[in-house]
Amino acid sequence: MKMIKLTIDNQVIEVEKGTTVLEAARQAGIEIPTLCHDPRLESSLGGACRMCLVEVQGARTLSPSCTMPATEGMVVSTRSERVVQGRKVVLDLIWSRHPHDCLTCSAAGNCKLQDYSFEYGVKGSRFENPEEPEFPLDHSNKFYYYDRNKCILCGKCVRVCNELQQTHAIGMSERGFDTHVSPPFEDPLAQSKCVSCGNCVSVCPVGALVPRRTDRFRYWEVRKVRTTCSFCGVGCQMELLIKGDKIVEVAPYAGESNNNMLCVKGKFGYKFVNHEDRLKTPLIKRNGTFEEATWEEALDLVVDKLKKTKEEYGPDAVAGFSSARCTNEENYLFQKLLRAVVGTNNVDHCARLCHASTVAGLATTLGSGAMTNSNLEALKSDLILVSGSNTTESHPVIGAHIQQAKEKGAKLIVAEPREIELAKEADIFLQIKPGTNVAFFNGMMHVIIKEGLQDKEYIAARTENYEELEKIMEAYTPAKVAEICGINEDDLVKAARMYGEADRAAIYYSMGVTQHSTGTQGVMSVSNLALLCGNIGKEGAGVNPLRGQNNVQGACDMGALPGDYPGYQKVFDPKAQEKFEKAWGAKLSDKAGLTLTEVLNGLDDGSLKMLYVMGENPVVSDPDTKHVEEALRKADFIVVQDIFMSETAEFADVVLPAASFAEKDGTFTNTERRVQRVRKAIEPIGSSKPDWMILSDIMNRMGYEANYKNPGEIMDEIASVTPQYGGISFDRIEEEGLQWPCPTKDHPGTKVLHTESMSRGKGLFKPADYIESAETTDKDYPYIMTTGRILYHYHTRTMTKRVKGIDIMFPESYIEINPVTASRLELKDGDKVKVGSRRGEIVTTAKVTDKVDEDVVFMPFHFYENGANTLTQAALDPIAKIPELKVSAVRLEKA
Amino acid sequence: MENNQLTKEMYDELERFIEAIPDKENAIIAVLHKAQEICGYLPREVQEFIADKLNVPANKVYGVVTFYSYFTTVPKGKYAINVCLGTACFVRGADKIVNELEKKLDLKIGETTPDGKFSLDGLRCVGACGLAPVVMINGKVYGKIKPKEVNKILAEYND
Ligand code: SF4
Ligand code: SF4
Ligand code: SF4
Ligand code: FES
Ligand code: FES
Repeated sequence: MKMIKLTIDNQVIEVEKGTTVLEAARQAGIEIPTLCHDPRLESSLGGACRMCLVEVQGARTLSPSCTMPATEGMVVSTRSERVVQGRKVVLDLIWSRHPHDCLTCSAAGNCKLQDYSFEYGVKGSRFENPEEPEFPLDHSNKFYYYDRNKCILCGKCVRVCNELQQTHAIGMSERGFDTHVSPPFEDPLAQSKCVSCGNCVSVCPVGALVPRRTDRFRYWEVRKVRTTCSFCGVGCQMELLIKGDKIVEVAPYAGESNNNMLCVKGKFGYKFVNHEDRLKTPLIKRNGTFEEATWEEALDLVVDKLKKTKEEYGPDAVAGFSSARCTNEENYLFQKLLRAVVGTNNVDHCARLCHASTVAGLATTLGSGAMTNSNLEALKSDLILVSGSNTTESHPVIGAHIQQAKEKGAKLIVAEPREIELAKEADIFLQIKPGTNVAFFNGMMHVIIKEGLQDKEYIAARTENYEELEKIMEAYTPAKVAEICGINEDDLVKAARMYGEADRAAIYYSMGVTQHSTGTQGVMSVSNLALLCGNIGKEGAGVNPLRGQNNVQGACDMGALPGDYPGYQKVFDPKAQEKFEKAWGAKLSDKAGLTLTEVLNGLDDGSLKMLYVMGENPVVSDPDTKHVEEALRKADFIVVQDIFMSETAEFADVVLPAASFAEKDGTFTNTERRVQRVRKAIEPIGSSKPDWMILSDIMNRMGYEANYKNPGEIMDEIASVTPQYGGISFDRIEEEGLQWPCPTKDHPGTKVLHTESMSRGKGLFKPADYIESAETTDKDYPYIMTTGRILYHYHTRTMTKRVKGIDIMFPESYIEINPVTASRLELKDGDKVKVGSRRGEIVTTAKVTDKVDEDVVFMPFHFYENGANTLTQAALDPIAKIPELKVSAVRLEKA
Repeated sequence: MENNQLTKEMYDELERFIEAIPDKENAIIAVLHKAQEICGYLPREVQEFIADKLNVPANKVYGVVTFYSYFTTVPKGKYAINVCLGTACFVRGADKIVNELEKKLDLKIGETTPDGKFSLDGLRCVGACGLAPVVMINGKVYGKIKPKEVNKILAEYND
């Protein structure tokens, strides 16, 4: 890197060539005011506000420092009289068109115009134009509004929306005095492509783009608490703004996982925390109705039942569902409670429903069942293959980075049953039939092998079992695969070549690959393809399973799985058993426990008596709702610990009110394996308590000592028994989270897995033949229904339905139907439609769209009433026991 | 307004033009020029069509259209009246001609009469300063006109 020297305010500074004067000054700790600068944006497109003017010796005029590259020998002054005068003129000109509204403006205290005017002593303008027209506000968006009158035309919002968020919803329209920010054709924001991410709102330096408020506050009244988003697995960093004991706003924070971005859920979805529906006291069901109880009563009852069930039926009559939404510390304690205190391995959580096949598949082929690379590495990829993931809706901030990579020149291939947003931008879009992933990946590999595009050196040095792969792939000719997947043969060949020829090719996948009766094989096929072209262990490449919930990675890491202790140490491995018996001072069972779906069967057939559910909602999230409800009804005793009265809590005998993520300390591990801090921002609502406290309390009452003063101590214990977390402690992750494996206190964490060798040594090719989905269409059930998430909702809606704007936009379930199919059934958009499967029947609303093919329909899975999971089935993948949620045969009828 | 109707032929011609461009993403301005030449103006549908065909976001196309005063989103009249607003013409009273036309046609500069017959626009110097002030109607040049002659000129188009 070439370095250059320049002088700023008499200080000699050495910086990399290409650095702007503004950046150079900041590196030296010299502050220059800016209104339109954002370090994430392309600096050559900036320079709109001129607030950052500096004086360069020898130059006739002042120049904006944010766009000016530093050059050798430059002498810059940032505070000369001329500079100050120049900046005053800039502010003066802005004020000539800006309403003098600071007294009532909701941005006051968080406005750069206000701050700089104070700093430079500018009180108003000499150039005021009394005829400045007044423009109406755009109030159409549910989460924020636009006030053109206050816009200073810095252009940041437009650049963020286009360069970073990549939604291209807004632009600069017209010119001169008429310039303004607007969606194309002056449509209201609500009718534009805007996805309400609020990233524009967060960067607006003034009060022109403002969050809609329900609470009145001034910025000087709030305190800020840094934490991790509690929605999806991206794990965005954010600050909660707190007034009194209430969250009043959320601001993004520039962490490694999110590059200072958020999506609509993170930015505007916080209102569930202070919602009146929060559970505030323990409840005990007496004669079929819930009655308020004290903690004392409720915990006594739980402990009593735990003890009695254990005595009477043995420890294996108890099962627990841990939670991908709770912290690592809480998941650790939950499985410890079941294993060390109750004495059973019957502990599982909803990863069973999303990425159990990833954990099983990648552990087999690579030795570690997690995302190999990092959130923002898409920007370093030459090619990105997305399959079975609707990334821009399910993992929005990662989706935006994939789009950024595409815009910067990376190739994009999308293989998906639906024409998702990424598909529209893809170089090649393959609209594969649901459940044909294995065939698709095999077809890719067939072509790559036939054309000699595989990485022979890598295969020889770093993999095994290649011969078998070659043998099995032989049969998957493009013609055959095109037929199975319902795609164009040439497109498949083109896609294979493109992937094979790319240097750094990354694969992103999610539940479209995993939620099948052949999910584990699907995952292993992804791994096969990546190994074939040497794409594992390389920056910008890899296999990247996007984990759904905020802490589903962590819940798995913590051993909330029936066969695994923390760190994937096996319960049936005597050495591991001995280690944990010693660490926990208790006798442990060497028998692998039951998975989530098996637990429900166990309740159904009476072999299981008691169920403890922490922060899960199986009634909505699990397949075949009717069966789940029947099973729960048969249980002797159910404990549900949650922040809301969920559909599942209705079945409980005792409900324990838990604190939300904003009311406790702890850590979440995001999809890129980064362990990040969650911080207590407000006191627990009502008499609710953090899950870790409730669990410690129960352990103590059961006669097992659990004296943790705070979650930091629990993390220390986790680190002592979990090799991957060995070097992690709260003080190390205070500012930035660490990515596991982080085995020792001085280990910097791991960005890319398997760089030197695979975790298991060599990468294992595990080829598999394509097998049809468990359920196929026939004349009674002629359509394939697939399910998925939508941007605005999360999990089973317990949180997001309590965010008003979201609930107004997406209050109920719907089904996407192709226009041709719709016309055959005489259905119009918005009509009611009866959907039936072999499990049940619902009535929902038709959304007619060519996103789906003629024989495929799609339903979001978030809803309970008329929900998709009334229709889905529990056919299991034999290895990972994940149900085939993605493929059900259904019939449709106009209702 | 049958003369403002967009026909399939227009779209076909535009599509052929776009297909022949190798670097589509950087061709917005050229395509918009062509589209305005073909269609006479650039309504929303045409802009969306272009965005789609060039594979660029609609906000980019819209930004360009509204930035350059040359582009128009309202259909021109059957008789497109253009008043030169260059310096020479301005000095010799072009603004008064505009006022007169606005009054007679009951519209504002940049607009088209509801029946689609006349539209009124301003131009920069058209290079006929010797004839200032200059008005052009569908290419026909009227020089050295006075406000009171406006009526007479409009009468020529009284069909
Ligand atoms: S909220 Fe997001 S998508 Fe909408 S205009 Fe702002 S940046 Fe663009
Ligand atoms: S709305 Fe805000 S961010 Fe956007 S241009 Fe105006 S002042 Fe800048
Ligand atoms: S992308 Fe995920 S982690 Fe980030 S703000 Fe949205 S829901 Fe939260
Ligand atoms: S910050 Fe440099 S011009 Fe706006
Ligand atoms: S100014 Fe009108 S023709 Fe030159």
